[in-house]
Amino acid sequence: MPFNLLVLICLAYVAMLFTVAFLAERRAAVGRIGWLRAPVVYTLSLSIYCTAWTFYGAVGYAARSGLEFVTIYLGPTLVFVGWWWVLRKLVRIGRQQRVTSIADLISSRFGKSNILGVVVTLIAVIAATPYIALQLQSVTLSFAVFASGTPEGWALPNRDATAIWVAGGLALFTILFGTRNLDAKEQHHGVVLAIAVEAVVKLVALLAVGAFVVWGVAGGVQDVFARIEASPAAGWALRPDRWVGMIAVSGAAVICLPRMFQVMVVEGGEDRHLALASWAFPAYLMGMSLFILPIAVIGLERMPAGSNPDMFVLTLPLAEGQGGLAMLAFLGGFSSATSMVIVESIALATMVSNHIVMPLWLRLAPKAAMTGDVRRIVLLARRLSIIGVLGLGYFYYRLSGGSAALAAMGLIAFAGVAQVLPVLLGGIFWRGATKAGAVAGLVTGFAVWAYTLLLPFFGPGAALPQAVYDHGLFGLHWLRPLALFGIVGMDPLVHAIFWSVALNTAAFCLGSLLTFPGPVERMQGAAFVNVFDADAAGPQGWARGRAEPEALLMMAQRILGEEAALALFETEARAQGKAGYLPDATPDFVAGLERRLAGSVGAATSHAMISQIVGRATVSVEDLMAVANETAQIMEYSAQLEAQREELSRTAGALREANEKLTQLSVQKDAFLSQISHELRTPMTSIRAFSEILTEGDLPPEQVAQYGRIIHDEAIRLTRLLDDLLDLSVLENGSVQLNLSLVNLQSLIDRALAAAQHTRPERGFTVQRDLAAETLFLRTDGDRLVQVFINLISNARKYCDAAEPSLTITVRQRAGRVHVDFTDNGSGIAKQNQAIIFEKFARLTDESRAGGAGLGLAICREVMANLGGQVVYLPGRGGAAFRVTLPLRMGQKVA
Amino acid sequence: MMARHRPLFLERRSYRRRRLRDAARLLPLLGAFLLLLPLLWSGDGGGDGAGTARDGLYLFAVWCGLVLVCAVLSVGLSRDGDDAESGGETR
Repeated sequence: MPFNLLVLICLAYVAMLFTVAFLAERRAAVGRIGWLRAPVVYTLSLSIYCTAWTFYGAVGYAARSGLEFVTIYLGPTLVFVGWWWVLRKLVRIGRQQRVTSIADLISSRFGKSNILGVVVTLIAVIAATPYIALQLQSVTLSFAVFASGTPEGWALPNRDATAIWVAGGLALFTILFGTRNLDAKEQHHGVVLAIAVEAVVKLVALLAVGAFVVWGVAGGVQDVFARIEASPAAGWALRPDRWVGMIAVSGAAVICLPRMFQVMVVEGGEDRHLALASWAFPAYLMGMSLFILPIAVIGLERMPAGSNPDMFVLTLPLAEGQGGLAMLAFLGGFSSATSMVIVESIALATMVSNHIVMPLWLRLAPKAAMTGDVRRIVLLARRLSIIGVLGLGYFYYRLSGGSAALAAMGLIAFAGVAQVLPVLLGGIFWRGATKAGAVAGLVTGFAVWAYTLLLPFFGPGAALPQAVYDHGLFGLHWLRPLALFGIVGMDPLVHAIFWSVALNTAAFCLGSLLTFPGPVERMQGAAFVNVFDADAAGPQGWARGRAEPEALLMMAQRILGEEAALALFETEARAQGKAGYLPDATPDFVAGLERRLAGSVGAATSHAMISQIVGRATVSVEDLMAVANETAQIMEYSAQLEAQREELSRTAGALREANEKLTQLSVQKDAFLSQISHELRTPMTSIRAFSEILTEGDLPPEQVAQYGRIIHDEAIRLTRLLDDLLDLSVLENGSVQLNLSLVNLQSLIDRALAAAQHTRPERGFTVQRDLAAETLFLRTDGDRLVQVFINLISNARKYCDAAEPSLTITVRQRAGRVHVDFTDNGSGIAKQNQAIIFEKFARLTDESRAGGAGLGLAICREVMANLGGQVVYLPGRGGAAFRVTLPLRMGQKVA
Repeated sequence: MMARHRPLFLERRSYRRRRLRDAARLLPLLGAFLLLLPLLWSGDGGGDGAGTARDGLYLFAVWCGLVLVCAVLSVGLSRDGDDAESGGETR
């Protein structure tokens, strides 16, 4: 097969993946999630467990040590079949605590400690780097197979260039689709769907090669059995230590690998997903390994001696003249490598940015953290981390020269991440586990793993001097890296796994038994261990009423984005029975907000940021008692009373608010009556006076004309007032005739701006618009909408008290609705007035310089209600801000 | 007649549900036992390779069995998922 054709097909395949991801993102953006979150997609996305190491390397593994390769799949099979034990709890905790990564889970469980986050992140990065290098290597190797005419030669003209192209392309894809949203709980639908597609490709490819080998090359199942028995690959012996050790370590890895945690807990996370994956994922793994041994055996038989068994999946079809099949196999391997690298780098980038970059930034520039645009910083940190992680992988690949057998590197990574397992399991099942214990366990396990497995991997004399291998560290004989405590003869891998996990667990347990946990730690421990209990979120201990809701809103806006933050606050305000966007900062609400922010920046950072506003978390005696099991029952009763009391006080609050509004309304009504009589009377008086003068006659003509003009103007004013009143009553009755048509939003705003120019024309006024976003066709009543816009713009022109007044108009489209925000840079509207500005005849300033009767906003509200939308005041925007919301296509539902 | 049978029926159903969860918890233990079984017969015979195809067949059979049993259990478990939420976990 020509090499150029291969590159072409490869590019077409990548373009297809981009399209799939793009379409999925677009679908999700308009809210049609549907099958994007189907359990099948979840199960398929789990297949990133099968990397290029599995795809190519498993055959090589089988050629070297027979059936032992299945242990890599048997461990995950047992873990998934036993989902009711661990996975279900993990997924539930992940959803409840809005966990962003495995480092975040550990950090959150042990009192939102950032040290633990850093330790886990470092372990993950160090273990994953060789693994990413391995993927780059396998892609370049498979390119090389095609580049050379004969399957045995590995002469790709510029192998490093291939690797860097692959790494660059992957970085681009990951940044494009992996860092769109900040909130890790807003799933990466595009990425997940793309890897689900890749999962199908690699399974089909491997099964196709297997079927070809069994029925095309060999003579069917019986023949294959006979050949396996006769093959040198069958000359392996099952070694009990390796068998048990590898099943255990692969089972640990499937939970702890950052990328597995990402798709399993962060991206997915519903019970129905797990219920399907519990058997379908093992079935997938079985499919992946079904033909491994036959391919290895036939490969050993047919291929010339000395050819690389790691590449049999490719070279065997090529040697048999099946170019198309080899192409499919190549795409399968390519899929395995790319999907792994994409998800792994997303997971690692999240960890690095949340646990290393953000805390550093918070510490170095606490001011900026409270005022700057946090979203942009986090996204930037995440993008740079992706480039950094992939760069590290590429660097490692160049350094190692791509020589070692594929499987060895994968297993080292497995053993590395398995160090997290004791702390993870301890954290979710044992309330006595403490932070000090976790740090001790992780550091011990990591050190032992590095000393006995990672460093020796580079060979004697490379990372550790030869003397250490012979005489041990510091000349202590029992500290030899391959024979700890003087036990010789163990398999090096099993030796490392055994000692690292054993010492890790011992240090973790001992540390936990001897130290005392802090209050936050204890509460988090209870929340994690008892996650299935009703109110497992646990008391959070934020002091009541110390936080100003507006300050919280402003911070939340900078992390979650304005839309999401407003929606969150509005929902909470509704739940508290309040109108508008500002709920009371109850401890429950602050705790919920903290969890929500944790979904974006991690638990530790979110905790630190909230405490900058609320003050230190105060843990009361009651909170601690609630943690203790013994008093749980008593507490439950008093908690019920408390809940009832809160319910009552909330109702009372709502009543008080309603009463206040009623009183205000009645005052307004009275004021209105006198106002309206005044408004009606003033023009009437002057009309009467001037008409009396006119009837007396005897006036010069120019005087007559002038008085006539005055009478005319006053009559117009009178008419306008009456028109407004009539308009309002028609609108309120809902009997208004709407003139629906397709209108361009941009031209509407143009019209409104032009019409509003007559209001205080002497003032210079800057208007900032986003013309691109405004190019939008709406089906609505254009004239009525312009009326609303004119009103809002005129109000801004009238009341904006900034020295250089400016008005920002932003347009956004969300799930079939359009938001148009009018924000000026004045001093805004005081909180106590925000509730009444939409009432009739509400005029905040007594001076009637504006010349209206205070009906403008009331009319706007009624117009918008008639157009199926609303107009509301947005707090916390730095000036007066009004949001007009209306449906994109009106009348589809109504008519 | 119906009135006497109804409570019994409900009780039995919740009893079944609990045992279904027990089964889901026990399944991985059974799986581990079956997958470690080859240690017993392969330990001494090693080297001649006569058993590789047979061992492979055994492993894949166990694997298939685990998948099937787990599929049946998970259908049952996800059907009662909603009731389990409100009832809480018994541990």
